[in-house]
Amino acid sequence: MSEPILELRDVRTHFPIRQGFLFKRQVGTVKAVDGVTLSLARGEVLGLVGESGCGKSTLARTILQLLPTTGGSVLLSGRNLGECGAGELKQLRRDLQMVFQDPYASLNPRMTVFATLAEPLLTHGVCDRGEATRHVAELMERVGLAPRFMQKYPHEFSGGQRQRIAIARALALRPRIIIADEPVSALDVSIQAQILNLLAKLVRDMGLSLVFIAHDLSVVKHISDRVAVMYLGRIVEIGDARSVIDTPQHPYTRALVSAIPRPDPEVERTRQRIVLPGDPPSPINPPSGCTFHPRCPYAVDSCKAAFPELRAAAGREVACSRIGAF
Amino acid sequence: MSLLTVNDLRTYFHTRNGVYRAVDGVSFALDRGETLGIVGESGSGKSVTCYSIMGLIPTPPGRIESGAAIFDGTDLLGCRPAEARAIRGKRIAMIFQDPMTSLNPYLRISEQLIEPLLIHGLADRKEALRRAREMLEAVGINDAAKRIHYYPHEFSGGMRQRVMIAMALITRPELLIADEPTTALDVTVQAQILDLIRRLQREYGMAVIFITHDLGVVSGLCDRVQVMYAGRIVETASTRALFRTPRHPYTRALQQSIPSLQPKGSELYTIPGMPPDLSKPIAGCAFAARCAAAVPGCAQRDPALAEVSSGHAQACLRVAAGEL
Repeated sequence: MSEPILELRDVRTHFPIRQGFLFKRQVGTVKAVDGVTLSLARGEVLGLVGESGCGKSTLARTILQLLPTTGGSVLLSGRNLGECGAGELKQLRRDLQMVFQDPYASLNPRMTVFATLAEPLLTHGVCDRGEATRHVAELMERVGLAPRFMQKYPHEFSGGQRQRIAIARALALRPRIIIADEPVSALDVSIQAQILNLLAKLVRDMGLSLVFIAHDLSVVKHISDRVAVMYLGRIVEIGDARSVIDTPQHPYTRALVSAIPRPDPEVERTRQRIVLPGDPPSPINPPSGCTFHPRCPYAVDSCKAAFPELRAAAGREVACSRIGAF
Repeated sequence: MSLLTVNDLRTYFHTRNGVYRAVDGVSFALDRGETLGIVGESGSGKSVTCYSIMGLIPTPPGRIESGAAIFDGTDLLGCRPAEARAIRGKRIAMIFQDPMTSLNPYLRISEQLIEPLLIHGLADRKEALRRAREMLEAVGINDAAKRIHYYPHEFSGGMRQRVMIAMALITRPELLIADEPTTALDVTVQAQILDLIRRLQREYGMAVIFITHDLGVVSGLCDRVQVMYAGRIVETASTRALFRTPRHPYTRALQQSIPSLQPKGSELYTIPGMPPDLSKPIAGCAFAARCAAAVPGCAQRDPALAEVSSGHAQACLRVAAGEL
């Protein structure tokens, strides 16, 4: 792999919890993202998986500087985004775009497709009004929408088509990185397949890097080169997509993989399922040491002491102190 | 004899933009203790079918135009309202996708749990509370004696779904209708809830209708599956046969578009176009416009569900004619 286009170094995003009316005291901290280090190469697809509340969406927003970092740094082509001024950040953001989960909520219902897609072009001075129509038509064709629908409003489109509009909007400034936060979770299976194919094609044709956030491991495995598994704000396992999902090493990844129902009755009836007890714990008051230990079938006393660092194991990195012991 | 027989059910919605034929001639039967999966994409009519059986269709705009749903000898759609009420909520129970919107946030769960028992006159308050505690324990809620007095917001999503299941099963129904009960949950919690439904079904011997869009969930849980498209059943078979030898082009296309069944990174099969507008007349097969195997004849004749082998029926003219 070539040098990283995006690097995260020990990124932390904490939210203060305040209580009281006039003099709000800080009574605690939600450590939504708590020390994430990873890198993304040019043209690479990185899948980010985990259950709700594990911090994957917060991490996406932190990368885009939509949320301030509490600690650590986000480097885009070597430039630290946290140290940039507003003007420079605006320029750098052209390279970094986002696609959200719900295309019903992320598109402005009062703006036509043309207005939605032309806005970033005009704001960043990519073209003037006269050329905008041509640029918008190109964008629409790129995502598989007929340009003749340019003057239509979002409600006139189906969910899959809306997600295409949202993707076209993200592509408008020819970014180098797209962060897609659950882009197919709200879509039906057949539509989901269309959007996955489209994203894969865009990555291939435009040399884009993609951070693909999802909770559906089979979708993530399909599209990603590498996969990072998050639990309570930290990465617990990261490595090649196929090996992480086919032969998971961290006990949490194992449980996550085994919890996916397979669309194959034969496999479904015979396989061993690891059903984790309880719910993911609250990030306000996380368990001591390895935050997974209360639900972990292999936990021993030493797991309560300290959070294990990511270590190389079986061709990927795993944050478990008992790796190899089970 | 079947526990539930649905015959030619048609539920239409009369809207300003026309008559929307959400369910358009659905027939099926369900045996005691059997688990039936109903699979389909949004708008295929899978939920409306079950809402019709349960009498939950908002009228107007919805109207059950024709059909019968015979539960143990009583036609729920044609009998007197009092007769239907004595069955619904007692012998047939339903759980929904979003437990937060199905539980009353103002009432302690104890009140909600005992309501079915009190309404159907199955127990007095004291006895009902005792059974509610037992039921909470049966669905895996520890410390039931204390937590029965909690409000819904004091539970997590998975726990709320357990409360819903306890509420549905407290009258020991013979049929449980589950409408996407795990769609809003995380996979690890989904696995817990599916295990729970499986276990309780074995213990109580009840039949289950499981509505989902996730073929994966169906494969581990259901004895039989029926696939719906545009308000009709297009294929019905044992789970094993449906996954091993799907016959209808729509079922095949669905399977081909699931990433986990395809080689990693390969282009996924996509169904071109969109589901038809159910308020417009559809000539012939509703799937023909999107079907890779369609021939001109498909848009002319209405396909009927026909058996291809014992217990395996499908509604494609070309398959029925032996051409596919």
